[in-house]
Amino acid sequence: MEKLINDFSVGLFFWQTLLFLALLFLLRKYAWKPIMEAVDSREKNIEDSLASAEKARAEMERLQSDNQRILAEARAERDGILKEAREIKDKMISDAKAEASEQAAKVIASAKEQINNEKMAAITDLRNQVAEMSIEIAEMVLKRELSDKDKQGAFVKEQLANFKMN
Amino acid sequence: MTKRFGFLVLMFSFLMSTSMMASDSHSESGELSIKEQIKKDIDHHLKDSHSFHLWGDHDKGTAVGFPLPIILWDGQLHFFSSSEFHHHDNGVVESKGTFFKEYHSKIYITDAEGSIHYGEDHFVSNEKPIDFSITKNVFSLIIISALIFWIFSTVAKRYKNDPVPRGMAKIFEPLVIFVRDEIAIPNIGEKHYKKYMNYLLTVFFFIWMVNLFGQTPLGINITGNIAITFALALITFLITTFTANKNYWGHIFWMPGVPYLMRVVLAPIEVLGMFIKPFALLIRLYANISAGHVVIMSIIGLLFVFQNWFARGAFLGLGLFLSVIELLVAFLQAYIFTMLSALYFGSAVEEHHHDDH
Repeated sequence: MEKLINDFSVGLFFWQTLLFLALLFLLRKYAWKPIMEAVDSREKNIEDSLASAEKARAEMERLQSDNQRILAEARAERDGILKEAREIKDKMISDAKAEASEQAAKVIASAKEQINNEKMAAITDLRNQVAEMSIEIAEMVLKRELSDKDKQGAFVKEQLANFKMN
Repeated sequence: MTKRFGFLVLMFSFLMSTSMMASDSHSESGELSIKEQIKKDIDHHLKDSHSFHLWGDHDKGTAVGFPLPIILWDGQLHFFSSSEFHHHDNGVVESKGTFFKEYHSKIYITDAEGSIHYGEDHFVSNEKPIDFSITKNVFSLIIISALIFWIFSTVAKRYKNDPVPRGMAKIFEPLVIFVRDEIAIPNIGEKHYKKYMNYLLTVFFFIWMVNLFGQTPLGINITGNIAITFALALITFLITTFTANKNYWGHIFWMPGVPYLMRVVLAPIEVLGMFIKPFALLIRLYANISAGHVVIMSIIGLLFVFQNWFARGAFLGLGLFLSVIELLVAFLQAYIFTMLSALYFGSAVEEHHHDDH
């Protein structure tokens, strides 16, 4: 201990303190501050970059799943539309068929009725004419019979010929 | 590139402008056995010196080095070159009417003949001036401090335009991060570590660089000086004391969580601990580096003691091995000093824990 105290040099202590403090202040200003700032800002930069990359990746994933979902939805919608269209088409065809056949049936029915009516009218008309002619013939026959038997016969023949012409 | 080497060239040219000086050790002690000479050299190496000795020859009594300025204070300022100690045979320098003599690396006030007196405790009893000389250690400190400043200001400039560490920044950035992530943050905590970073980084690189320079053949031993480690530990102590919060002082003077009587007993122990902690710091660094230098120099000395080539080879290998160990110690001691400083700072700013008591 005595040797240590004897070895202690005040001058060396003085210079060491002076030089060390000078070095400390110079390094603080010209070295440690810029170095630590550069290192810190770079580390922060790296951290931020990693975080933003992670964020971008998550965003990508989200977008991708979104796309998938939208695509599936679109596909389902397309299928739905196609199915609906097919149904509409089928329905239209069957409706048209039904309507056409109904229409045809109606037309046929009305035609039949009309034919029937015409026929009935013709028959009635004919019946009336026949009746009329019969009456006329009968009238004439009756008149001639009353005057001339031969002539009566000729008359009937004549009248019959007239009928034929009609 | 030219700018980078400018500093080295400057240093080299300074070393070249050396002057030849006669070694004082030879003339005053006569013939010495090789073992005594080695012991003397080791003792001499561990102490500071007033001139920068590079190499020399004991037999011829020559030494190559360069003188350094002597600055003394004994009521008035004395300033002269250390080479003046060798101008007279008795080694006495006269300055402003006072006679000075260098004796075992220390400067004493003597009479005109340079007589040295011993007291009863076997220490020199001559009066000593306060020695502010630019000694070998101070000179080395200036060079190393300038080198550290040059290195880290260059590193800092690298970041100005380019956030990617290149060149020197690539080498030193991991160490800066090491100090921050392995020393400062774990011991001080995320919240407070920033204000201590300047000191921790400076002290870490300072001790490490100085230790490394101690490994070079320049033969300097800076951190093996008690004055150096005392100055460093004192700064750690002052920073701890002046940044300490209420919680820290509370743990010293009125230890929470123990009976009142124990608090009274613990207070003086804790106060003593405040001083023992930095004291342990200064002794640890001083002792480790001094011991390392003694061991390496002794092993190298043994190379000259043994005349046997086999033994010399073995000691050369051992010396090489220990040098590598010392490189590790150089880093380790810087780490330990910085780590313990951070630990003390951490205890000074530790927050109050509610669940403790």
